[in-house]
Amino acid sequence: MKENILIIGGGAAGMEAATQLQKMGLTPIIVEKSEHLGGHIAQWDRLFPAFHPAKDVVDQMLNQVKDVKTYLNTEVTDIQRNSDGFKAILSNNETIDAKAVILATGFDIFKAERKQEYGYGIYNNVMTSVELENFFRTGNDARINNPKKIGFVHCVGARDVKVCNTYCSKVCCTTALKQACEIKEVFPDAEVYTFYMDLRMFGPGYEDLYLKTQKDFDVKCVRGRVCEVSEDMDGKLVIKAEDTLFGKPLKMTLDVLVLMCSMEKNKSIDVIQQKLGVANNSDGFMQNKDMYLGMNGTAQDGVFVAGACTAPKSLPDTIGEARSVATQVFNYINSK
Amino acid sequence: MDFGFCLSPSSHVKMDSVDLTTFNHLKETNPDINTCIACGSCTATCTAGNFTEMSFRRILLMLQRGKEEEAKKMIQRCMLCGKCTLVCPRGINIRKILLDITR
Repeated sequence: MKENILIIGGGAAGMEAATQLQKMGLTPIIVEKSEHLGGHIAQWDRLFPAFHPAKDVVDQMLNQVKDVKTYLNTEVTDIQRNSDGFKAILSNNETIDAKAVILATGFDIFKAERKQEYGYGIYNNVMTSVELENFFRTGNDARINNPKKIGFVHCVGARDVKVCNTYCSKVCCTTALKQACEIKEVFPDAEVYTFYMDLRMFGPGYEDLYLKTQKDFDVKCVRGRVCEVSEDMDGKLVIKAEDTLFGKPLKMTLDVLVLMCSMEKNKSIDVIQQKLGVANNSDGFMQNKDMYLGMNGTAQDGVFVAGACTAPKSLPDTIGEARSVATQVFNYINSK
Repeated sequence: MDFGFCLSPSSHVKMDSVDLTTFNHLKETNPDINTCIACGSCTATCTAGNFTEMSFRRILLMLQRGKEEEAKKMIQRCMLCGKCTLVCPRGINIRKILLDITR
């Protein structure tokens, strides 16, 4: 017998969960608020650590969900629990009955303007990691005009009590080094600096990427957080940081500064999340049952979570969670 | 007239005007110089470092921050025992680099 499973969010987590649930004989239904599936990863150029084209992965995922019932440009406007499971009302006024709900709503990018000292939105040549990735994908960005010196700032909106984000955003370190290599590929004569506090190369092949960054691409990693950015008379950026390994403050002029923005919880789902009775954790992400065996469950029966809605996650993490949530939902349906 | 005041020079490392000639020259023959992860193993094991300020990790940084003279002065403490090369997790041939700097 076919059972409806409502998946809110059509990014990597939502698509992969749908794929697996369909193979298990259940009926996943994806509700996606934007006009395309794939989420953030569909806007990405290449993936760390091996510079694999993101489009490859996204296309495979899209192909797998082509028979899954999908609503685009649609949001869940109301959801209620009943004796059969859940009744959801969509923004197109349709109603969906589902036995279980998977929240796969992912993350938002930290708004770099909030760290005013970095001058994003004030100085022309300060850009975000997302905008740089967009440059790699499209080749268009007026700010990148044969730069000679480029800097990357790690932990923008992460590990920072001043913006209420004390957590590590997990993927930005590796992304910074990946993008540093890529900008050297485009501009081999440019000098590239990254300003880090710790380089968290936690995954397979990530340390190799770090070595490659140093050895093959001559990227200079400076330990220290950039504390302020200003503009000189020529419109170039002057940054200050401490070289903490050298024990001296340091001043440098750059053509482009890239801010590695952290992941924050996607707040557009807050109303529905509240109606479902799912709380937030201390980092502001969704609270799962526990971080070990209950990582896909919530305090509410029949409500599941997968992907970056519970914490910052890499793509492999997210795919793994999406597969595990499918198993959890399958077991839940069978136990009914 | 001396009023007892003076100007303190800026302690900032001015990266825009740092002369990297020596470092870049060194890099040509020793490309592994770039791969230091500043773990400090070389300094911790250094025979001379136990009694003096000798630190290869700092020497590398000095060369990249325009303090070449200080670096060369520090190198004089080295006894070329090579323990630093043995412990380096990145496999940097430190002993050879130290010799090359003084050449």
